[in-house]
Amino acid sequence: MIRDQYYETLPREELQALQLRRLQAMVERVYHLVPFYRRRLDEVGFKPEHLRTLADLENLPFTVKQDIRDNYPFGLFAVPMEQVVRIHASSGTTGKPTPVGYTARDLETWGELMARVLAAAGVHRGDIVHVAYGYGLFTGGLGFHYGVERLGAAVIPVSGGQTRRQIMLIQDFAPNVLCCTPSFALYLAEVGQEMGVNFKDTQLRVGIFGAEPWSEAMRQEIEARLHIDALDIYGLSEIIGPGVGVECLEAKSGLHLFEDHFLPEIIDPVTLEPLPPGETGELVITTLTKEAFPLIRYRTRDVTSLNYTPCRCGRTHLRMSRIKGRSDDMLIIRGVNVFPSQIESVLVDIPGVSPHYQLIVDREGHLDTLEVAVEVDETVFSDEVKQLQKLAKTIEGRIKDYLTVSVKVRLVEPRTIPRSEGKAQRVIDRRQK
Amino acid sequence: MKVEQISVFLENKAGRLAEVTRCLGEAGINIRALSLADTTDFGILRLIVDKYDAAREVLKSKGFTVGKTEVVAIEVPDHPGGLASVLDILAQAGINVEYMYAFVQHSGKNAVIIFRFDNLDEAINLLQKQGIHIYKGEEVYRL
Repeated sequence: MIRDQYYETLPREELQALQLRRLQAMVERVYHLVPFYRRRLDEVGFKPEHLRTLADLENLPFTVKQDIRDNYPFGLFAVPMEQVVRIHASSGTTGKPTPVGYTARDLETWGELMARVLAAAGVHRGDIVHVAYGYGLFTGGLGFHYGVERLGAAVIPVSGGQTRRQIMLIQDFAPNVLCCTPSFALYLAEVGQEMGVNFKDTQLRVGIFGAEPWSEAMRQEIEARLHIDALDIYGLSEIIGPGVGVECLEAKSGLHLFEDHFLPEIIDPVTLEPLPPGETGELVITTLTKEAFPLIRYRTRDVTSLNYTPCRCGRTHLRMSRIKGRSDDMLIIRGVNVFPSQIESVLVDIPGVSPHYQLIVDREGHLDTLEVAVEVDETVFSDEVKQLQKLAKTIEGRIKDYLTVSVKVRLVEPRTIPRSEGKAQRVIDRRQK
Repeated sequence: MKVEQISVFLENKAGRLAEVTRCLGEAGINIRALSLADTTDFGILRLIVDKYDAAREVLKSKGFTVGKTEVVAIEVPDHPGGLASVLDILAQAGINVEYMYAFVQHSGKNAVIIFRFDNLDEAINLLQKQGIHIYKGEEVYRL
């Protein structure tokens, strides 16, 4: 279902004209209202009037997370505090959170975009939506919450944690839609199984999963175990929160990025040069309509590619591939770029092997080592050492074929790899920096 | 003629074996025989217990990965060359021993040894024809 027939199906030429108009207005505004941007643009001699075509965007400087930190807490806000009605923040790995602000109109936009997301998943008035993203400073919970209400469906604001209770609510309140991280969806499946719940008997029909990278193989597992359609959603708090893009139920093949509000580019994370359409690289987003916290060429660190071919759902907005990794989480093992999600897709393809894994990177002498801890459950367990060693060798062989990197597989007991109810902790890097 | 053996996957880290034996002890389950196969990364604990189903249940509830294997308990003369005479019979028939371990207790004057073969039924037939005593499951759990 397409919520906004006009904007979501704009022919590309008209869409680009709209993008340019909005971009010009945005740059003009931040140049005069945010000292940081004025300084940055002056440094490279760029004036708002130099922006004549979308291609001129390349001449603008990038914005990175450190810039937001340097202006902590509210130095990048483009409106006076009287106009800010909401503040969210993403947890920083280095202590201080990264705060973002919203005007009343920003919240309207966000709610509308989330309503588009839900509509793309076939959600409609009369549906009940179970939101198990965290509520609070994190944008996940409240982002979905306002989208569901705007759409006119019923929201159950469960937030995270208390897994058994959540399963009880799924049985008793009979929600049709599940919104959480993909790792939590699998955890729900696991705990539900322990409790003797058959998800076929619940009313769940579709799930919208995001806030961490996942794989096609993980989608198949979630769909099979929960008996639902599983869709990928993309967003980050700096840009707006969830609602930057979502897969459509019709194609399930790439996430439509809402181009009337966000202008995407793909760059090489090393040379910082823009890459042609279809190439894989780091996603850079410029916000077109944000009032309180606009961003120019923000480096998301997410690695993806953009597909401009038409989609069968009728939307004209481009589709980005599911996130292939983080340009800063990317592991370089003996010179080879490795994304944790690649390892995951290998594991899920081996029957009986659980998708719960942990990567331990270390260095012996001058050589990087990569160890993959994999859980052994009853489907693959054997009482013969050689059978288990064969399993470990099989996994090692498949990963080597896929990544061209030799790894060591260590078999571990079930449930010994930490299950995160938020973003999964997949990598331990012990190498000296 | 076959004996049910319970096997448990153990990571090589301190306290795991103690945890298994503690769980069984608390559930009033007696271990009749055991062996531990280990590699640098993991171990496989193989157990014959007096109450198989109860043992499986308690270990599973504690989150262990458990498996079930059928093995054979054979009476072996307790004198020099006793085990060799049994193994010779198997070797000549080309039956492969996957693993074996001894029972803690004796049965009368003889030793009891647990065997896992690649071809369990063939081994049982062969040994019985040679007059070697093979214990029934119930006998073993009660030993």
